[in-house]
Amino acid sequence: MEDSRRRFLKIAGIAALGMGAAPVIDAVAASGGHGAEPHMRKGADALSAKQWGIVIDTTKLDHEKVEHIIEACHSIHNVPDISAEKVGEKVAKRHEVKWIWETHFHNAFPNLPSKYMSEAVEESPFLVLCNHCEDPPCVQACPTQATFKRPDGIVLMDFHRCIGCRFCMAACPYGSRSFNLRDPRPFIKETNLAFPTRTKGVVEKCNFCAERLAVGQPPACVEASEGAMIFGDLEDPHSDIREVLREHYTIRRKVALGTGPAVYYII
Amino acid sequence: MNDKGKIIAGIIIFFVVAAFPFWFNMFMEKAPAPELVLTPKAQAAKVCVRDTEFMTANHMQLLDEWRDTVVRKAERIYVNAEGKEFNMSLSNTCLDCHSNKAEFCDRCHQYASIEPYCWDCHIDNPKETK
Repeated sequence: MEDSRRRFLKIAGIAALGMGAAPVIDAVAASGGHGAEPHMRKGADALSAKQWGIVIDTTKLDHEKVEHIIEACHSIHNVPDISAEKVGEKVAKRHEVKWIWETHFHNAFPNLPSKYMSEAVEESPFLVLCNHCEDPPCVQACPTQATFKRPDGIVLMDFHRCIGCRFCMAACPYGSRSFNLRDPRPFIKETNLAFPTRTKGVVEKCNFCAERLAVGQPPACVEASEGAMIFGDLEDPHSDIREVLREHYTIRRKVALGTGPAVYYII
Repeated sequence: MNDKGKIIAGIIIFFVVAAFPFWFNMFMEKAPAPELVLTPKAQAAKVCVRDTEFMTANHMQLLDEWRDTVVRKAERIYVNAEGKEFNMSLSNTCLDCHSNKAEFCDRCHQYASIEPYCWDCHIDNPKETK
């Protein structure tokens, strides 16, 4: 009796050891041997940075140029134009979708206007867009991590993951985010077939042209601005953008909130 | 307790009814598997990103991996086992060859009774102008 129990336990122990070892042996066997496994990588021309940023030289911009820049961005990204003529003024204001748009100085910088200001600043159009903040409040607010900060500083949205809760819109102090309250497709003037549209129920915003940077092109707004906008790596002291920032006095929007906006304005 | 016969008959009837989908499929003619149409471009390429068997069974996992890698890791190039490179894009790569969504994607999806919502955002025929 004693003997047989002892033997049973021995065999059971060895068997358990063998069963535990099998997956390990399998894994070791699978890892070696095979040559080319399918893999993924960045494109050869992809631009990289530690913190992308933009300088907007407002002295070089007028209404016409600003409109041209907005059109360049909105047309390639299939941003719907939900205009007052189509849906009525009240609805248009609520349903508006915008990635980059024009505003006044006192709206862009509500804490800065003086009582008596230079006419040029007061009247000139200010281009505003997502600031791709260093410490973005929208990323903290997003419950699904649909909005996240990339290693290169871009605050990007994963539309697949957005549940449309709009916490990010409440968190963003710059109003850079729009919600698709309706199917945007009927409102897209000319669809860019190479870029997806969005669907009803997701938030959208500027993506710093992540799809263009990936193939070595500058953001569409920078390209369309003809020199009025400069983009580059804010963390690289030798970049063009840092050179411009050294030479000019610049301001950023709502700096006191501590979000660290990466869009600078030359006034 | 003299209802033995009734109970057994009831159980048998229950199982016959419950197994309806199984015996119905066993004896009835099966719905024919959909026939997929390959565009000349897809035919000329011969193989997809991976072999046909893998693509038929696992294209959804592959696409899922692609979308996460492109959006979240910013890696856009897929290199397959043969060393061939592809831009990981549903509209611009997959549908460039398979530009006949109705005869390629939809047929099978309809047969399997699934409705992927890819097309709510991704443009389903990049070749059509507008």
